[in-house]
Amino acid sequence: MSRDSFDRELQELKRSLFQVTGEVRRNLTASVKYLEKRDMQGASMIIESDEAVNLKCLEIEEKCLNVIATQQPVATDLRLLFSILQISTEIERIGDYAKGIARISQKIGPGKLIKPLTGIPRMEEIAGQMLDDAIRAFTEDDERAAREIPARDLQIDALYNQVHRELLTYLMEKPSNIEQTMMLDWVAHNIERVGDRVVNICERVIFTVIGVPVDLN
Amino acid sequence: MSVLGSKAIRMSTEDYSLFYGKFKAINRVSIRIPANRITAFIGPSGCGKSTFLRSFNRMNDLIPGVTTTGSVCIDGRDVAREDVVQLRKKVGMVFQRPNPFPKSIFDNVAYGPRLHGTRNRSDLAVVVEKSLKSAALWEEVKDDLRRSGMSLSGGQQQRLCIARAIAVEPEVILMDEPASALDPVATLKIETLMNELKKNYTIAIVTHNMQQAGRVSDYTAFMLTDENRAGNLIEFGPTKQIFTTPSDSRTEDYISGRFG
Repeated sequence: MSRDSFDRELQELKRSLFQVTGEVRRNLTASVKYLEKRDMQGASMIIESDEAVNLKCLEIEEKCLNVIATQQPVATDLRLLFSILQISTEIERIGDYAKGIARISQKIGPGKLIKPLTGIPRMEEIAGQMLDDAIRAFTEDDERAAREIPARDLQIDALYNQVHRELLTYLMEKPSNIEQTMMLDWVAHNIERVGDRVVNICERVIFTVIGVPVDLN
Repeated sequence: MSVLGSKAIRMSTEDYSLFYGKFKAINRVSIRIPANRITAFIGPSGCGKSTFLRSFNRMNDLIPGVTTTGSVCIDGRDVAREDVVQLRKKVGMVFQRPNPFPKSIFDNVAYGPRLHGTRNRSDLAVVVEKSLKSAALWEEVKDDLRRSGMSLSGGQQQRLCIARAIAVEPEVILMDEPASALDPVATLKIETLMNELKKNYTIAIVTHNMQQAGRVSDYTAFMLTDENRAGNLIEFGPTKQIFTTPSDSRTEDYISGRFG
């Protein structure tokens, strides 16, 4: 394999990662939307489609290992491959959080929610936008953006605390709300974790560009 | 050079240039090579790395028309002012192709010590055993040291040449692509041996094998020709740094296989 085809392989891997991130992003947004709408069929679709996401992440991993084994990449190339491997793991986990939300939605069932969702969709909106921006920063080697994005995770954390406190009041008000409040709290927790995963992606972007590991958490 | 911190410097050049007649083959190279470390010289063919390596034991003196400017030092002493026989005792060399003398294994290793005055057979036997052990060849040849050195396998011949080089107790061992003619198993033996030898010797190696440079060396120097085809030192630093975060884009392009 010549270096031209090596470069093509690297670009293809970046594209594959970008694509699978798009699928996970859509699943994340849809999981909250279906939770709000009490759409059981939609929730099932997300659970099913996560299988495909996992397979695509495994394919990326396999391709990375093949390139490392056959091309002996160094310096930026090696960091890029290493980051693709790590980011694909983060994406796969974010996919699991979306699937988790869909599962919770199914457990809650088609009945009405104890309260209209406000904080959770807002959390998802911020986390989803962070994910979009982080993967764009990765494809464009945008170190500056990668350093700026994690600040938004603080907004998610603040919203999570707010949602958590609010759910506690519902729980104290009516003990029969226990199960659903705990489940909704778990949904908020999943989205809070998405924010943390996106921060990890930003760390990988910076590592790829400058070659030095950073801790943004 | 700051990349070396406070490490002892064994070999160095200052503003060193080498000319073949009017043609400048090496352009103003300044480098400080630390003691008891392995330093790899990498770069495309014709960039002057072998010529530069040979400057340390004045092997270029044998080529008609060669002139130099600047200085090449071992332990701070300019090699141009050293007696060449003494210099080559201090600076051993191993070449690309194993080149044992058409003599017995014993005589190959004893050749240098004899040249430098050791005549006593038992003294020579001690040196031969010690050198062959250091070159990780003793166990394979100890039963018949009268065998011709030429009868050994390629990898064994190369280790014999290393034993021959270290028999005169040099300070520095220069290796010009020492494993390029060997199979992977013999190459691994040489690389393991180098790692052992650096405890007692300073090693400078020229290699075209990027992975080998990454595996065996502590420091890496990248050389490249300029528009006048003169070899320049582009970057020098810890191997880990050169292979992960080189500071010059030409180094990165070369080590990642994008040119050369």
